[in-house]
Amino acid sequence: MNREGIAARFHLDYPDFALDVDLLLPGRGVSALFGHSGSGKTTLLRCIAGLEQARGRLRVDGETWQDGKHFLPTHQRPLGYVFQEASLFPHLSVMGNLRYGLRRVPAAARRVSLDDAIELLGIGHLLARRPDRLSGGERQRVAIARALAPSPRLLLMDEPLAALDQARKQEILPYLERLHGELEIPLVYVTHSADEVAHLADHLVIMDDGRAVASGPLSETLARLDLPIRLGEETGVVLQARIAERDARWHLARAEFPGGSLWVKDPGRDIGAAIRLRVLARDVSLALDPHDRTSILNRLPAVVSGLSEGGHPSARLAQLQMGDSLLLCRLTARSVDALGLETGSRVWAQIKTAAIIE
Amino acid sequence: MSEANLTALLLSLKLASVVTLLLLLVGTPIAWWLARTRSRWKAPVGAVVALPIVLPPSVLGFYLLVAMGPEGPVGQFTRAMGWGTLPFTFTGLVIASVIYSLPFMVQPLQNAFQAIGERPLETAATLRAGPWDRFFSVAIPLARPGFITGGILAFAHTIGEFGVVLMIGGNIPGETRVASVLVYDYVEALEYADAHWLAGVMLAFAFLVLLALYALNPERRGQGR
Repeated sequence: MNREGIAARFHLDYPDFALDVDLLLPGRGVSALFGHSGSGKTTLLRCIAGLEQARGRLRVDGETWQDGKHFLPTHQRPLGYVFQEASLFPHLSVMGNLRYGLRRVPAAARRVSLDDAIELLGIGHLLARRPDRLSGGERQRVAIARALAPSPRLLLMDEPLAALDQARKQEILPYLERLHGELEIPLVYVTHSADEVAHLADHLVIMDDGRAVASGPLSETLARLDLPIRLGEETGVVLQARIAERDARWHLARAEFPGGSLWVKDPGRDIGAAIRLRVLARDVSLALDPHDRTSILNRLPAVVSGLSEGGHPSARLAQLQMGDSLLLCRLTARSVDALGLETGSRVWAQIKTAAIIE
Repeated sequence: MSEANLTALLLSLKLASVVTLLLLLVGTPIAWWLARTRSRWKAPVGAVVALPIVLPPSVLGFYLLVAMGPEGPVGQFTRAMGWGTLPFTFTGLVIASVIYSLPFMVQPLQNAFQAIGERPLETAATLRAGPWDRFFSVAIPLARPGFITGGILAFAHTIGEFGVVLMIGGNIPGETRVASVLVYDYVEALEYADAHWLAGVMLAFAFLVLLALYALNPERRGQGR
């Protein structure tokens, strides 16, 4: 899978909407399709599943699922699909739902055991129930396990958390993170939530008006100044870090990333554990000198690698380079002028908070 | 109860059972097609299927009589095949009843299939189920309320038919003289005691059927997902 990934080129014309994409997605990890509603991300996912017949071609894992001549119907594509609403079969029990796809796959092609899927999603106590006796979060967990049971070679999820309230989202996210950590199956994940992208994505595709306007590794793509869609208050980067040191006295941990390290709340993980840090642009400020007396713990030397408009005439967005990592910083145009900032300026980045999200 | 009454009632039940079974076979694909097609033929086909609801049974019976008669297209075909003609036979009555009761099977089924929506079938497709597999493992179980309603309505409607039977079946005891026709005969002959017996049995039957319909099949909307 690593060799080829998912190569998708689709063209679809509707009276009021056109999809036109040419994408290469990695064959492992989570690729997030991110965009506003109406940007075409769900349509793209449905094209990959064969639920929508677009012109174009699609190769997954070196196998052609669609080209000019052939179109593999959905039921012959080894995929798992999770819809926004769980869409469990109401006439079957939870177990009946889980076994529906499994029964249709020859034993030799089964690589995910049903027990593992049940265990991974924590639904062992629900097996005898009817779908209408489940909560929204439980239903979605069953739907995910049901998609896993036939051992798909590709998992597709269409905003699986969007129909749930905040508490239910927090209930499911850890399961999705486990999925991410424990399964070898690549996942294409449609969302309009920057938070879910920060939690789950390894690769980010930004969709706008039926086109893929950006596609690349998560951190790089998030740090781009020329992103065509604005994330507003959620503008920021995600740093892949490791716990390098723990300070028992102050309950802090030093998280090391390529290009620096940050002191963060000790998440209670072992030294060497991989974590994700989300640093929002509004939580970063700049100084020309390293202040000695400040409450801000994290102060890192950086170089301004770009400046752009910030969404309001008074605002600017600065991209900062620290070794191999990039940060974004929100500041006012007045400060840019007062500090004489320009590309290449050496600055001290002061990071007020960095959220640990994994 | 007189033997004539019993014979007529049993004939009504036999006719209704055969017709309901045939309608399950014929009506299901028509309902499925009507529920899912985007063809421009959908409206005309739907209208033709619904015709028996609007047409007086005598009119429908008249056309069927002409079509099945020796000079009609169906009659010529059946004679050419060596089957004789269909009017005034039980088989002719079955065919006429299937047409007459078709909308009572098709419309509840069509509504049930439409209520399922696209999603459960798409879900089944992503779980490796092919088109026939999806139809039998998802569409039919989810359309169960439609099958119950359609089956009961078609059965009851066939028991209750009168005009078509009179036009096409005549009044042959044990062959085409069903209960509804016999009641008419009794009244014409002023045999009110027999008419009361038979009419009473049919009234009770009709009530029980409707009771079963409402008790067995409460509203089930919103279960499609």
